[in-house]
Amino acid sequence: MIINVKYFGLIAEITACEKETILFTKSNVSEFLELLYKKYPNLENKDFQVAQNQELVTQDALITGNELALLPPFAGG
Amino acid sequence: MKDKKIKNVFKEGAITSEFIGNSIQKHQSKTTIGAHNIFLGQVRADVIENKTVVAIEYSAYEDMANEKFDAIREATFKKFDLTCMHIYHSLGTVKAGEICLFVFASSPRRKIVFKAIEYIVEEIKAHVPVFGKEIFEDDTHQWKTNK
Repeated sequence: MIINVKYFGLIAEITACEKETILFTKSNVSEFLELLYKKYPNLENKDFQVAQNQELVTQDALITGNELALLPPFAGG
Repeated sequence: MKDKKIKNVFKEGAITSEFIGNSIQKHQSKTTIGAHNIFLGQVRADVIENKTVVAIEYSAYEDMANEKFDAIREATFKKFDLTCMHIYHSLGTVKAGEICLFVFASSPRRKIVFKAIEYIVEEIKAHVPVFGKEIFEDDTHQWKTNK
């Protein structure tokens, strides 16, 4: 399936883009991250959370399509 | 299901004293209110490894952030007997000394608004996907993390 991925803050600096579409053939978030780490090895030791369709998800969550976002530590306020 | 319109909390650039003043004035017609409490977040000129922060450039996962702000608003109204509340957060560049967050809670009586403001601000810091790039005077930067 095609995943729309969004990157923010420090993560977007590493990927050098704020969004892209990625073809994904496996099932969960951790498998998706493995794929991303191959493309962006510098992501692997970075602190971030993953949101799917605008809700935070854990690494074993199934990917249901639509939108994933990689969110570095929050700094609001 | 999303059948209601989610309010946009973000404002481009710093939140001005004029904007804050106008917000206070707008509440003068709501005469059941007996207590307002306001929290203002201000950009600090932190010194990190001998370099001074001159501004923070804010970005956000805006759709998710506005959903979170809305959820915080709903949870706050359930928890506290407020007459009204407003949240505004900056996007883009806010210089040191300028305001980047304005939270305004109003209630008939004071004790509730003291507690409500703390709750709202802590929820924002913990749960809203806003990111801050701290810009130093020599144009280098680092990414801010809420403690």
